[in-house]
Amino acid sequence: MRNLIFRDIDDLVIGSLGIVSFISFFVGGVVTIQTALNINSPLIPQYLVGYATRQSVILEFAPTFISIIMAGKVGSFITSSIGTMRVTEQIDALEVMGINSINYLVFPKTIALLLYPFLISIAMFLGVLGGMAACYYGGFTSVSDYIWGVQLDFIPFHLAYAFIKTFVFAFFLATIPSYHGYFMKGGALEVGKASTTSFVWTSVVIILSNYIITQLVLS
Amino acid sequence: MIVVENLYKSFGSTAVLKGISTSFDKGKTNLIIGQSGSGKTVFLKCLLGLFPYESGSISYDGKIYADLSEDDQRVLRSKIGTVFQGSALFDSMTIAENVKFPLRMFTKQSNSEMDDRVDAVLKRVELENAHNKFPSEASGGMQKRVAIARAIVNNPSYLFCDEPNSGLDPKTAIVIDNLIQEITSEFNITTVINSHDMNSVMEIGQKIVFLKDGYKAWEGSNKNIFKTDNEAVTNFVYSSELFRKVRQMYIDND
Repeated sequence: MRNLIFRDIDDLVIGSLGIVSFISFFVGGVVTIQTALNINSPLIPQYLVGYATRQSVILEFAPTFISIIMAGKVGSFITSSIGTMRVTEQIDALEVMGINSINYLVFPKTIALLLYPFLISIAMFLGVLGGMAACYYGGFTSVSDYIWGVQLDFIPFHLAYAFIKTFVFAFFLATIPSYHGYFMKGGALEVGKASTTSFVWTSVVIILSNYIITQLVLS
Repeated sequence: MIVVENLYKSFGSTAVLKGISTSFDKGKTNLIIGQSGSGKTVFLKCLLGLFPYESGSISYDGKIYADLSEDDQRVLRSKIGTVFQGSALFDSMTIAENVKFPLRMFTKQSNSEMDDRVDAVLKRVELENAHNKFPSEASGGMQKRVAIARAIVNNPSYLFCDEPNSGLDPKTAIVIDNLIQEITSEFNITTVINSHDMNSVMEIGQKIVFLKDGYKAWEGSNKNIFKTDNEAVTNFVYSSELFRKVRQMYIDND
């Protein structure tokens, strides 16, 4: 079981570092540019660009937007790998051997995704860093103003809120695609359909739970 | 020995198994044959405990499966080796890891003991040099032999094979048939094979159960099947000109 957990950490978390880093860095940059370009009034201080970027990235972009992307990447991987095991009778082979196949297949993924907040932390950091890079190279505002804005009125509970969401999303990312893969019927075509369905449902559940958690925690 | 009594199984309103009673003998290769849709696979999956059934009973060496506690069912299942139609090898593991898997799950052997056992069974199926290959790198015949090795590595009391020859060339199919028969008598296993292959029926069918439309239409051995006048069996087994001639020659020589 320990080996399975380490393998799933590698597949699901470490294997997603590249895409998450790339997207976070550039989306952070875009958020900064958009914010800067929409501040036309000279009465609004430039350091608000850093403030807005930090709030967008920490509160929504990193936990929610990255989770939707992960529903596509990790969710499809989980559904198709378990679905293929179903189609090729590998799950039947586990059952016949007397092994609890749900426990064997889903539990390590759920444990592996407990490290998902680590990925989101990196997304937060790189999102803010991407914004700073946009300021430096694009000249939208000075780097010192940006850093000042990033530090302005920082509420630590917002991080707690983001990580509460992240843990809930991690659970959905492990279980919903596993369910669609485990209970699929048919052949190769159905594996593809199950992957698509799992992406749709995982995204829907993430968005709805995001609304509910935000209402409960922040209001 | 496996004894099946009055087994009924249906999916919704469609009855698939309609009161099957038979037995499968220890140390023999027992074949389940029949046309597609006759209920062979469902019957095999009921024997494996993968499908629940409505009524009847299946007993393994006197123990009725349905009456066992969940833990006892798990213990019984650890004594079952299965060769699936598509081999069902775990893609993410090497051949040696696939074979080692049941040992890791059900025994407390040391790593070196497990490795020795894996070496022994891979040698038995003539795959001494395939330890580090992945299933995707092995041919269909090799995959079947790995599946057999995995099925027997934990010294099972029962071996179930679902169409072990499907997709194999005739020569490899005979190798697999002979291997299963040798292993059955060597380890005194109760072997049940679900097959379409008439060569298997003739070569290794020490006991044959013929299913038709969910009923047991006939049972006997590969010797009896040449002489039977059961119309359902003769229509199925001797549907080709070649097998009709073989049968006629057997009767003429007898």
